[in-house]
Amino acid sequence: MYFGGSFSWGDFLFLLSGAVTTLSITLVAVIIGTVLGVLFGLIRAGAPWWIGNTLGAVLDVFRSVPLLIQLVLFNSFNSMLKLNWPTFTVGCICLGIYASAFCTEIVRSGVGAVPQTTRRAARSLGLTWRQELTSITLPIATRIVFPSWIGLTLGVMKDTALVLWIGIVELLRSSQIVTSRVQEPLLILGITGLIYFVMSFPIARLGNQLEKKWGTQ
Amino acid sequence: MIAIENVHKQFGTLHVLKGVDLSVQKGEVLSMIGGSGSGKSTMLMCINGLEGIQQGRITVDGVEVHAKATDLNKLRRRIGIVFQQWNAFPHLTVLENVTLAPRKVLGKSREEAEAIAIEQLSHVGLKEKLAVFPSRLSGGQQQRMAIARALAMSPDYMLFDEVTSALDPQLVGEVLDTMRMLSKEGMTMIVVTHEMRFAREVSDRVAFFREGRIHEIGSPEQIFENPQKPETAAFLKSI
Repeated sequence: MYFGGSFSWGDFLFLLSGAVTTLSITLVAVIIGTVLGVLFGLIRAGAPWWIGNTLGAVLDVFRSVPLLIQLVLFNSFNSMLKLNWPTFTVGCICLGIYASAFCTEIVRSGVGAVPQTTRRAARSLGLTWRQELTSITLPIATRIVFPSWIGLTLGVMKDTALVLWIGIVELLRSSQIVTSRVQEPLLILGITGLIYFVMSFPIARLGNQLEKKWGTQ
Repeated sequence: MIAIENVHKQFGTLHVLKGVDLSVQKGEVLSMIGGSGSGKSTMLMCINGLEGIQQGRITVDGVEVHAKATDLNKLRRRIGIVFQQWNAFPHLTVLENVTLAPRKVLGKSREEAEAIAIEQLSHVGLKEKLAVFPSRLSGGQQQRMAIARALAMSPDYMLFDEVTSALDPQLVGEVLDTMRMLSKEGMTMIVVTHEMRFAREVSDRVAFFREGRIHEIGSPEQIFENPQKPETAAFLKSI
């Protein structure tokens, strides 16, 4: 790599490859966060209070400790325990668990917002607990909490920027690398911000569209 | 036949049912009346096992509702219930609301379930609303849909829990008409209601609940014209 020079097409492609990393981490973390979040959320909403509260307390740790500290700690454990997981995996798992802690509360509030009487009506028709959950409670709860979930996804995408601290070259780290060579921080941060926006905007739009569709029911 | 023997029900320290005995024959329409908190709605919830009981026995066609070995999901197929809050499933169309249980619980195909649903929805006068979501229906229409939803399981018994109490007055009539029709068709019904004129007209027997017990039970003529207990007379006067 040479120093000096102006922002080139190659630099732009380099930023885009960082963006692909950002999107991949976001996707994996959101999937982990959602799957665990639904599971934990259902436990929080339905299990005996002592199980739900214990789980809640544990998840509160992940919600309260800054993500950066969690990333660095988890990365250190990874080397200390000789797990030798790639940093990409470490980043995804760490963000995924962090997201699951928030998703759990989203799911819990959604399930809690489905009227008990509606659930009863379904059970009274002979639906089993599982059938009621999948045909009634989860679909209704999904519509209720979908905006919060979109917000969580957008938040996770921006939080992925923190994984640069454990050595992953994602979009923000790519922009730093380019800046150190081109020496035009404003231009490059501007472009980077724009790329983040271009990635987030479709998700937000998709959210709006689904909400509108469900709103007309 | 539904047989209720010495049923006690407690919510914590609150003793809601204090020994109820009652039997309802096939084809009979029984109305339960009484003040709020007298236990009549709770009694209804116990019959299909939505509520547990602490003492006594309820059997439906010989199946003991609260026995451990009883498959409640199976039992509930034969006992339809309609609630005060009509409890439409808001994310499903009217047709889907009615086909859900026949498909999931009885394992019917979509075509079969839709044929049943359309028949039941026509029966309650909602044939034009199949593709509509419940939020576009009036309260009376939602309640009639709830009745069709229960009927689509071809139950042997129908329980009605104050189904007109949450409706605007001008919508009460259409729901009562639907129930009237059902009673004429010979459906076995237990109706918790505050609509005294309706109770008098459709019931074979009327049970007056007071403080967790059946205080008086008899023909509509007896209860409404010639009550044997002063409390029954006082209750009927008060409303």
